[in-house]
Amino acid sequence: MPEKLQKKYGPDHGEDGIHSIQKVIEPPKGSTKHITRNILIGISALFLLVMLILPLAVVVVNALKEGWAAYSAALLDEYTGKALQLTLLATAAAILVNTVFGIFAAYLLSKFYFRGRELVATLIDIPFSISPVIAGLVFILTFGSVGWMGDFLTAHNIRIVFAVPGILLATIFVTFPFVFRELFPVMNAQGKDEEEAAGLMGAGGFTIFRRITFPHIKWALLYGIILCSARAMGEFGAVSVISGHLRGKTNTLPLHVEILYNEFNTTAAFAVSSILVILAALILIARNLVEWKTK
Amino acid sequence: MYVEMQHIHKTFDGFRASNDVSFGVEKGHLAALLGPSGSGKTTILRMIAGLDMPDSGEILLNGVRVNELPGSKRGIGFVFQNYALFRYMTVAENIAFGLEVQKKGKKEIKERVDELLELISMKELGKRYPNQLSGGQKQRVAFARALAPNPQLLLLDEPFAAIDAKVRRELRAWLKEMIEQVGITSIFVTHDQEEAMEVADTIIITNQGRIEQIGTPEDICREPQTDFVADFIDCRRFQLLMAIK
Repeated sequence: MPEKLQKKYGPDHGEDGIHSIQKVIEPPKGSTKHITRNILIGISALFLLVMLILPLAVVVVNALKEGWAAYSAALLDEYTGKALQLTLLATAAAILVNTVFGIFAAYLLSKFYFRGRELVATLIDIPFSISPVIAGLVFILTFGSVGWMGDFLTAHNIRIVFAVPGILLATIFVTFPFVFRELFPVMNAQGKDEEEAAGLMGAGGFTIFRRITFPHIKWALLYGIILCSARAMGEFGAVSVISGHLRGKTNTLPLHVEILYNEFNTTAAFAVSSILVILAALILIARNLVEWKTK
Repeated sequence: MYVEMQHIHKTFDGFRASNDVSFGVEKGHLAALLGPSGSGKTTILRMIAGLDMPDSGEILLNGVRVNELPGSKRGIGFVFQNYALFRYMTVAENIAFGLEVQKKGKKEIKERVDELLELISMKELGKRYPNQLSGGQKQRVAFARALAPNPQLLLLDEPFAAIDAKVRRELRAWLKEMIEQVGITSIFVTHDQEEAMEVADTIIITNQGRIEQIGTPEDICREPQTDFVADFIDCRRFQLLMAIK
């Protein structure tokens, strides 16, 4: 077992790789433990109220401040529609690319042993530790007109920076580790005996993946995809740097919100924000369904 | 199947797992690879199975060199140390897997699965999942699964290591009887000399990647060929065992 990697990614996530919350034994009423518990609940509730619920309520209230007409007008605005489309496109791209590579990477690092395994695992984590703004700048310096590949790209009339491909690249970059991170501990804990056994019986690579590996990782995979989508939809920093803010072309929803807000168009800004809030709520529900299903 | 290893060398990251390993196991025999942990016995088994490749030397099955042949084409059944049962498949599906992969007919598969379930006395438990079985039952399923495609050679990696001591003795006798009944050439790895003495026809003693001695339990007790063997094998227990028999 590669203990170092295990350590790095924390203990086994349980049979299906989902973080489970341990059941706490109910203390008897009136005891000190009971009081401590209530104080802790109170503090947590207050914290959640101020930090999470209030801000979300503000979004909804402000979005509806000027009535339904203004709200729906902001939602039905042409540029809002375009921004939503681009956000969904970037999310889809991130899910597709990161699922495929996440599975490859987790399979490679958990089932094969080679020099530099740990280095690869660390490299995959870079997007988590690097500021998204820097990620955006890196892409500009690589693919921009003054960048390394600038001359080549200009010569072939390929636009990446300040265009949709740049947005997709940036989104994929910042969401890169999610699927891998969910899959790796699960696949690592599974070991490779079952795969070897199937291989010895003459099963091909795809059959082994479909019948042995996939049933084991499917919930962790779905969980990773959900986390990846949530991050992809909300991404601001990297996308902001690389987008160039061309309305109707390279604006995602979060960027659109910022533009509207800077134009003092508060109602519209909050109305568009509410779309993101709804998407977030849907993702949260999906996440909880997956967690419930795996219990 | 007649198994022969000739001058096998294998190194893992500078660690000599096999150092000039040569031995033969005759058709129908039950051989034990016995040695302390880290002596290279599992490596030998994995090389016969095609799960690891020797750096040099030849592996012969029925006199044919199989070094380049993938494990799945060598006609081998393998029982893993922790059984490696497919946890998302039922007992019956586990046993059927190898036959399905070979694209056998549905009827043929069902017959063979039923036959094997009968053999391991688990006819009623075909629909159970591995996590609903005891250690001994898992072992029997692993055995049946390895036998399903009618291999000519059965390889078992520490088959009793994961089973508690009480059941182990019983299971040992069962496995020996099964192997004799099926009449298949078998090689198993163990670090437990009592187990090797009791079960095997031939014992191959390994130490630090080398073969120290090959012979029947009696030969080894009567004439230990190296200091290591004389030191490692405790024959008083064996003599006691023979006396009881």
